[in-house]
Amino acid sequence: MADIEKQVINGLTGLRDWVDARFPLVKSWNEHLAKYYAPKNFNFWYFFGSLALLVLVIQILTGIWLTMNYNPSAEGAFASVEFIMRDVPGGWFIRYMHSTGASAFFVVIFLHMFRTLLYGSYKKPRELLWLSGMAIYLVIMGEAFFGYLLPWGQMSYWGAQVIISLFGAIPFIGPDLAEWIRGDFVVSGVTLNRFFSLHVIAFPLLLLGLIAVHILALHEVGSNNPDGIEIKKNKGADGIPLDGIPFHPYYTVKDIFGVAVFFIFFFAVVFFAPEMGGYFLEHANFNPADPFKTPEHIAPVWYFTPYYAILRAIPSIAGSAFPGVVAMGLAVNIFLLLPWLDRSPVKSIRYRGSYYKIALTAFVISFIALGWLGMQGVTPLYTWLARFFSVVYFAFFLLMPFYTAMDNDKAVPDRVTD
Amino acid sequence: MKGFYKNNKIVFILLMMISAGASAAGGAKLMHMEVDLSDQASLQRGAKTFVNYCLSCHSAAYMRYNRMGEDLGISDDVLKANFMFGTDKVGDTMEIAMSPEDADSFFGVTPPDLSVIARSRGADWLYSYFKTFYVDESRPFGVNNLTFKDVGMPHVLWQLQGMQRLTKREHHDGAHHAPGYEDLESISYGSQNEDEYDRTVRDLVNFMVYLGEPIKLKRVSIGIWVMLYLFVLTIVTYLLKKEYWRDVH
Repeated sequence: MADIEKQVINGLTGLRDWVDARFPLVKSWNEHLAKYYAPKNFNFWYFFGSLALLVLVIQILTGIWLTMNYNPSAEGAFASVEFIMRDVPGGWFIRYMHSTGASAFFVVIFLHMFRTLLYGSYKKPRELLWLSGMAIYLVIMGEAFFGYLLPWGQMSYWGAQVIISLFGAIPFIGPDLAEWIRGDFVVSGVTLNRFFSLHVIAFPLLLLGLIAVHILALHEVGSNNPDGIEIKKNKGADGIPLDGIPFHPYYTVKDIFGVAVFFIFFFAVVFFAPEMGGYFLEHANFNPADPFKTPEHIAPVWYFTPYYAILRAIPSIAGSAFPGVVAMGLAVNIFLLLPWLDRSPVKSIRYRGSYYKIALTAFVISFIALGWLGMQGVTPLYTWLARFFSVVYFAFFLLMPFYTAMDNDKAVPDRVTD
Repeated sequence: MKGFYKNNKIVFILLMMISAGASAAGGAKLMHMEVDLSDQASLQRGAKTFVNYCLSCHSAAYMRYNRMGEDLGISDDVLKANFMFGTDKVGDTMEIAMSPEDADSFFGVTPPDLSVIARSRGADWLYSYFKTFYVDESRPFGVNNLTFKDVGMPHVLWQLQGMQRLTKREHHDGAHHAPGYEDLESISYGSQNEDEYDRTVRDLVNFMVYLGEPIKLKRVSIGIWVMLYLFVLTIVTYLLKKEYWRDVH
């Protein structure tokens, strides 16, 4: 027995060494997992990075299988989705995982971004980590937008019509730009084809590239932590951070636990409430796209509604919706400036003064309120509320250099606290 | 420049429409019915009503007869004898003979495919719709509907329900009120009394909910097993994590 065991181990070691002489196998493993030292005090908020990666894998795998039966044409798209739902064995399961995954992606990404705001993880030296993360966020928004057209329901069609026509509000180049995006004078099968191509090839490729950049950047500078302390400043005699633990096996087993908990929520939606009360799959999208029949109520999917509320809150000037479009674009992109707007010497909310705590609370309330308002019809009260919360939303960023500089921050300890 | 203004106008109109539509959406409160997909007899009765009354003008083109048979416990022979009128291949989908062009000239609108209608309209809407037809001589078929104003469809189930009309009730304040469900009164009897017709409609809507998502019959019970598995997995992974982390704290 022991002899065979020895031989097998020798064989495997030999194979590893053979590969290692030709490819940095052990080196990569150590650099990114076994000898990548992460702070030992990660808390709840640190699950969402690995969960985002998990959702990406779910989306790619289910997407591959959906593509096998989906028909990207104006004539066949809607029917092919129902074909998947009824005639493809297990097709309903794959489709619900994909549709739930789209919303789950945004839930997880929003929480991941909120973590960054809590612990100042965008601050020096992690500016590029933050920028690459924002690029991922923008690509995911595009990916979600393209994907939403594919079922070719009424909301797919009219949602795309509205959003593309927003580009038409840009002065001078707008109309040509909108036509160039659609490839037609209205949203049509031509648009569906190109959106399909972008959704299944171009944007996933972009996403994978950006995620590689994001992780490389993370492993270069090292993870931040709930105390906002650089663990690399306190190294032992062996050169290993005193507050660091190897990512593998410690955080791999912890993240596997996180995955199990996440799956409970994820599959509860997939099996018990795939429409999620009309938020994940809108009721009107079960009507096939009809270019001649505008639905009574066009509402974007929930993850776009905060921006949509800002768009509607800004009054048009001379009949042009352009100011609203600009405000919406700014609302998405202003996050990019965070590392340079924040003047506080401390990172984590644990050691920040009350100004930042108040500002962040106000921002979160505004974001949620705008999200809710974006789903509602327009009334004068709601419009004014949306304007109020839009002002708070932008004030969080624009006033940041002032309130973070004046804040009564606390002293930061040398070592992580838990 | 001209194009630019035109395009802006489109954006503006679309945005206005969204706003206007949204405020109009909160109309009359619908009647409520409990959907019960575990009641197979109800689903079978609903299927019968569906193929007899709906499936001549409306298709359900994404649904196969034998899928329905399999799910609702109807054998192929019974399917052929009692449920299939346009075809004798049980693997066929529920298509209709009427062409969309003909339908358009008959009704002024092509009757929509009903495969997923319960998912877009909802059970309560369908239930209310079937119960709120009333006589309106100004309409082409002599009927209108409180749930779906100026609908193009005749009251197909009138032989079962009989006819209703809107009473012109005087309001104390003399103000104009939109008619509500309480203003409907029966003016002729059908072959079913009120309770029987109510059951017919419930069965039909029950069936249409099934039709909208056939897997709904099974997905919840599969989900319960998935949840049980995940709870066990969560416990195991938690213990694994705890074991590994013992030397950290």
